[in-house]
Amino acid sequence: MQAEGTSRKLLRIHRDDNVLIVVTPIKPGDRDLIDGLEVVFAQDVAIGHKVAARSIQPGEKVYKCGVPIGSAKEAIPVGAHIHLHNLKSDYIATYTLEKDRVFVK
Amino acid sequence: MSSSSNSPSLQGFLRSDGRKGIRNCIVVAYLVECAHHVAREIVDAFKGQPVHLIGFGGCYPNAYADRMMNALCTHPNVGGALLLSLGCESFNRHRLEQNIEKTGRPVGTVVIQQTGGTRKSIEAGKALVEQALKQIEAVPRVPLRLNELVVGTVCGGSDATSGITANPAVGRAFDLLVEQGAATIFEETGEMIGLEEVMSSRAVTPELGEELKKSVEKAAYYYKVMGHASFAPGNAEGGLTTIEEKSIGAYCKSGDSEISGLIKPGDVPRKGGLYLLDVVPDGEPRFGFPNINDNAEIAELIACGSHVILFTTGRGSVVGSAISPVIKVCANPETYNRMSDDMDVNAGRILRLEASVDEVGKEIYGKVLEVASGAQTCSESLGHQEFVLTYKSFEPIGPHCLPT
Repeated sequence: MQAEGTSRKLLRIHRDDNVLIVVTPIKPGDRDLIDGLEVVFAQDVAIGHKVAARSIQPGEKVYKCGVPIGSAKEAIPVGAHIHLHNLKSDYIATYTLEKDRVFVK
Repeated sequence: MSSSSNSPSLQGFLRSDGRKGIRNCIVVAYLVECAHHVAREIVDAFKGQPVHLIGFGGCYPNAYADRMMNALCTHPNVGGALLLSLGCESFNRHRLEQNIEKTGRPVGTVVIQQTGGTRKSIEAGKALVEQALKQIEAVPRVPLRLNELVVGTVCGGSDATSGITANPAVGRAFDLLVEQGAATIFEETGEMIGLEEVMSSRAVTPELGEELKKSVEKAAYYYKVMGHASFAPGNAEGGLTTIEEKSIGAYCKSGDSEISGLIKPGDVPRKGGLYLLDVVPDGEPRFGFPNINDNAEIAELIACGSHVILFTTGRGSVVGSAISPVIKVCANPETYNRMSDDMDVNAGRILRLEASVDEVGKEIYGKVLEVASGAQTCSESLGHQEFVLTYKSFEPIGPHCLPT
């Protein structure tokens, strides 16, 4: 486990991952480097959540800890928050409460 | 106490089957919900003393619940038992009492209908517990070696930090315990979904690997029929998106040791190593969700002999358990700051880059030794003694599940 470059915001867990883990809360307008590319974040992202380490195609598997955790529901640009709105399980659909369903299309 | 000492001097309460307890408690066990109130009134009269409430609420017979109650009432942390029966329920109280008696533990049964109702039963029960507490003072204390210790792990109230801080740290602690000859148990096959191949490759034999894979396939089918994965809304709020992602977190509690066996609730590992506890019922799905909450899983880990439970939480669970102490390892530094009274270990330091997974793993290992030496966990000192037991059904484990 190591910090991504000089980033104190994002953590890469496994070399095969196409997501990074947020370790310091991200605010809109925050900037960071992902693989040498500057990214400006568009939204709040809480710690523990995931952002794309690179652009991900619709239907592409999303990897965390080197293991697939589901498939992208849409194209996901680098630095974008990855959650219920753009990632789905390949096994059993995820259940959430009403207020959280704003994520779900 | 040094956390890396090879032979820490632990003491255990010696039981007649040779197992040793790290606690010496009396369980008051109701055998149907109708006897629950009387049992609770008896336990409440012994506040601050090691008297724990457990029970089974169902009126209809269930082989799983019967096996669980027998295993729990003869757990090495239990010194004696009082059984509370209404009188007309199906639970086989005679056999349970005999099985406890055979172990040399003090045991009594109060049948409420025969004793004359609530008040008289509470008084009769209190007298029996008082007597049992005196009797168990005489239980011999003997040296307890780490290869006689059984440690279970469970996660609850998980968020996305659980899988990167507390759970890998527990995995490291499990590796250290296995190196010392302890038996360690991880569970929740419903949270191995997506990892069946990775996990089965760690089995000591290919046949066991197949069994591990089948147990996860069974869980995936079961949860599909239930229409809901082992996934709560708080998990999503905490940043977990899919059951596969939650699985990774749950899975890494198992550490890196090879997997020595597959057990089911009530099976006690006979030697050290790492075991997967299959908690998903066999046969066609019935009786509802495999485990209705975290304490249902904790009770099963204890029925498999766990002396102590390592409970990882990101969102912040507060539960403890009857019978065996629960060590809470908090994954999320923000949760730890809010709820530190309830947390024994702050694994959130890993996220703040203030400690490594290895360091927190050693701290957890040290905490296990302290608690095994009698130190109270946070949940113990706060009086937590949660317990739940529901209907389930299991077939015995297959011949390849415990390779010799």
